[in-house]
Amino acid sequence: MTPFLDRDLRVKPINAFIDPPQPQARAIITHGHADHARSGHGAVLATPDTIAIMKTRYGEDCAGTFQALEFGVPLQVDDVQITFFPAGHILGSAQVLLEHKGQRIVVTGDYKTRPDRTAQPFELVKCHLLVTEATFGLPVFQHPDPLDEIQRLLRVAAAHPERAYVIGCYALGKAQRVISLLREAGYDRPIYLHGAMIRLCALYEERGIALGDLRHSLDVPKAELAGQIVIAPPSAIKDRWSRRLPDPVLAVASGWMSVKQRARQSGVELPLIISDHADWNELRETITATEAETIWVTHGREDALVYWCQQQGRLAEPLNIEAYEDGEEEGE
Amino acid sequence: MKAFAQLLELLALTPSRNRKIEALKDYFARTPDPDRGFALAILTGAMDFKNVKPAVLREVVTREVDPALFAMSYDYVGDLGETIALIWPHHGAAGELPSLTELIELFQTTSKAELPKLIASLLTRAEINERWALVKLATGALRIGLSARLAKTALAEMSGKDLQEIEEVWHGITLPYTELFAWLDGRAERPDIDHAARFHPMMLSNPIDEDKDLEKLDPAEFSAEWKWDGIRVQMIASRGRVSLFSRTGDDIAAAFPDVVDAVFGDAVLDGELLVGREFEASSFNDLQQRLNRKVASPKQLAELPAFIRVYDMLFDGQTDIRALSWSERRARLETWFAANPQTRMDLSEVLPFASWEELAQLRRTGADEHGHEGVMVKLKSSPYVPGRPKGLWYKWKRDPNVVDAILMYAQRGHGKRSSFYSDYTFGVWKGNEIVPIGKAYFGFTDEELKQLDKWVRTNTVASFGPVREVKKELVFEVAFDSAQQSTRHKSGVALRFPRINRIRWDKPAGEAATLDDMTVFLSAT
Ligand SMILES: [Zn+2]
Ligand SMILES: [Zn+2]
Repeated sequence: MTPFLDRDLRVKPINAFIDPPQPQARAIITHGHADHARSGHGAVLATPDTIAIMKTRYGEDCAGTFQALEFGVPLQVDDVQITFFPAGHILGSAQVLLEHKGQRIVVTGDYKTRPDRTAQPFELVKCHLLVTEATFGLPVFQHPDPLDEIQRLLRVAAAHPERAYVIGCYALGKAQRVISLLREAGYDRPIYLHGAMIRLCALYEERGIALGDLRHSLDVPKAELAGQIVIAPPSAIKDRWSRRLPDPVLAVASGWMSVKQRARQSGVELPLIISDHADWNELRETITATEAETIWVTHGREDALVYWCQQQGRLAEPLNIEAYEDGEEEGE
Repeated sequence: MKAFAQLLELLALTPSRNRKIEALKDYFARTPDPDRGFALAILTGAMDFKNVKPAVLREVVTREVDPALFAMSYDYVGDLGETIALIWPHHGAAGELPSLTELIELFQTTSKAELPKLIASLLTRAEINERWALVKLATGALRIGLSARLAKTALAEMSGKDLQEIEEVWHGITLPYTELFAWLDGRAERPDIDHAARFHPMMLSNPIDEDKDLEKLDPAEFSAEWKWDGIRVQMIASRGRVSLFSRTGDDIAAAFPDVVDAVFGDAVLDGELLVGREFEASSFNDLQQRLNRKVASPKQLAELPAFIRVYDMLFDGQTDIRALSWSERRARLETWFAANPQTRMDLSEVLPFASWEELAQLRRTGADEHGHEGVMVKLKSSPYVPGRPKGLWYKWKRDPNVVDAILMYAQRGHGKRSSFYSDYTFGVWKGNEIVPIGKAYFGFTDEELKQLDKWVRTNTVASFGPVREVKKELVFEVAFDSAQQSTRHKSGVALRFPRINRIRWDKPAGEAATLDDMTVFLSAT
């Protein structure tokens, strides 16, 4: 069966692109991260949350028109039916199910299958062709329970209450997830935010994700930040900004943090392995469960996952789509 | 194991020296014996334990993980140990890992054949950070950038003990350091170190500069002794064991059983090893014969008895007295000698002098009449400081012996001088004949060497392979440390450390020295 999707993720019958890196007339956007959603498209189809995120980040008029599509509601465009299913990655993140002449194609976008209070939970969708991400597509990536990681942070913070704990997070998704995990772990003290975090945290709250007592770190005297948790972009620790913190510990929350060499090289003192992507085991479980005959692998370490799929007797190939690079959002 | 894994991770990730020290202090304070002792040994690299070869680990892993996937992962992570820790696919087996002590014992006692099974089961039981520490531990490749000194500093801060004291004790204690920690915790006395077990670095002297030093130094503050022509040794007698170390810390006791067996009493002494009867030192040559043998022959023991001329004391019994002044150490040394009569050790004599002129006179007569190498001059108030500290001990060598000798043969040199005749045999008159007394290849400027080479080529009378015999016309001023009777040389004289001071282009060969002139030097030995 020839797929009706081509290898740069264009839905051929309707000439619409999924997460296109260049401006296109018709774009289907899986989620709000910069390597998937960018401004300048003609018509954008996305979930209501994703549209809200795009407007917050890029402005109300960052696309010609927006069409919101709720999860699980099919939309017929010519002879292609489009349905969004939650990807569990960040708020509003969707997998795209495309149906055409009895052929089912799923484009996962970024996804994770573990529970996350800040994102609609992942739903498995069976299909013929699966286009999967592979950010953590190597068997060395086996993410631990994120609550254990948070507990570890809280233990260290309790043992050394004289220091401030800066958790390096990307502003969209990771920051809110970490805050939510802290609340889940019973941490009910104020959490301080770097300025770059404020807008998106407010948006999450507006859209019904409770994050508790959040404060701007700017207004707080240095001494008061001892023993406190501050959420900031990972790069902020190297800025003048960090001088206002008492003896800060840099704790970066990311799936990459499992590799100690990498943590060490980037000067991370307290690596927290908290990822918004499927790890090696989740990727394999998902691929198996979709029962897809053909797997296209994109967005990450394709080689190992393609190799594994082939070992399993599936057709698999890497897509090698040129990623839209944005330093701060890299790997999201 | 959990605590040790946490410590390792923290040490690896914390750039701050103070935080590393804090973490170490915390770990040592909270971890029971003997775990913390083994941890200390691992961190300081003091433990030499049977490592698991990387190849074995790789084999264990590739039984569980597809080798191609393993290769891609290793390629990405870059560190074998870390790749294994991260890629291990089985987790969450019941039960905690064994303690550090039990782990080390397991690694030590498990047979090669059983090792892969053991490692697999440990990896499965470990939590993620433990797995990393486990692999690091098993391969012995910690690479966390921690110096032994930092670990000891942490011990010092934890206990309030002096770092220097910990260093002192360090060399004498054994795994798992329970006596060390008992002392650090304040539960026991400082560990009683058996000094016979180790060598203490020696204190060395600097040459005196007659023009600069003497006018600045007050003779009343210094003591003087002969500089003996033997080898420097450290004699350590403790609890019935005697060791004899050379200056470089080699134990040479086996070659000198005559000395070692005769030691009476406990001490660490510094002195000169000499050969001779009744404490009369004979030539360095005699000593050299003893030194050439790893184990002394009965004949040598009978004919060339050895003894030690003692000039300093580092430990009086088990008491470290190195911090005391030379005067105090000397007094204790004399008291010790009186209490412990010796047959193969005597005391180096302290030379009385009131001025540097007086000492210079002593030095000359000592050299001429007794063959001493010169005198040692030591600051009376100085402690015993290992190394070569400035301004405390001086050596004041006698002026070298000098003789005018005639060039006889020249030979091509080696290396960059291989095209030059740079190796010279010279001799002195014996009646109308010239007899060789030595050979030297030393110390010309390139210009002089060229001149000399040219002279040799134009004055050759005969050639034997690389050797040319020359006209007996050119005089060298040859300096040497001492002269000895020798049956190997036709002249019956051998020079020690001969070197060519200068070329006497001006001096006629007829005015060179005679063999009779050499007897003065011989009588001095
Ligand atoms: Zn992405
Ligand atoms: Zn993303």
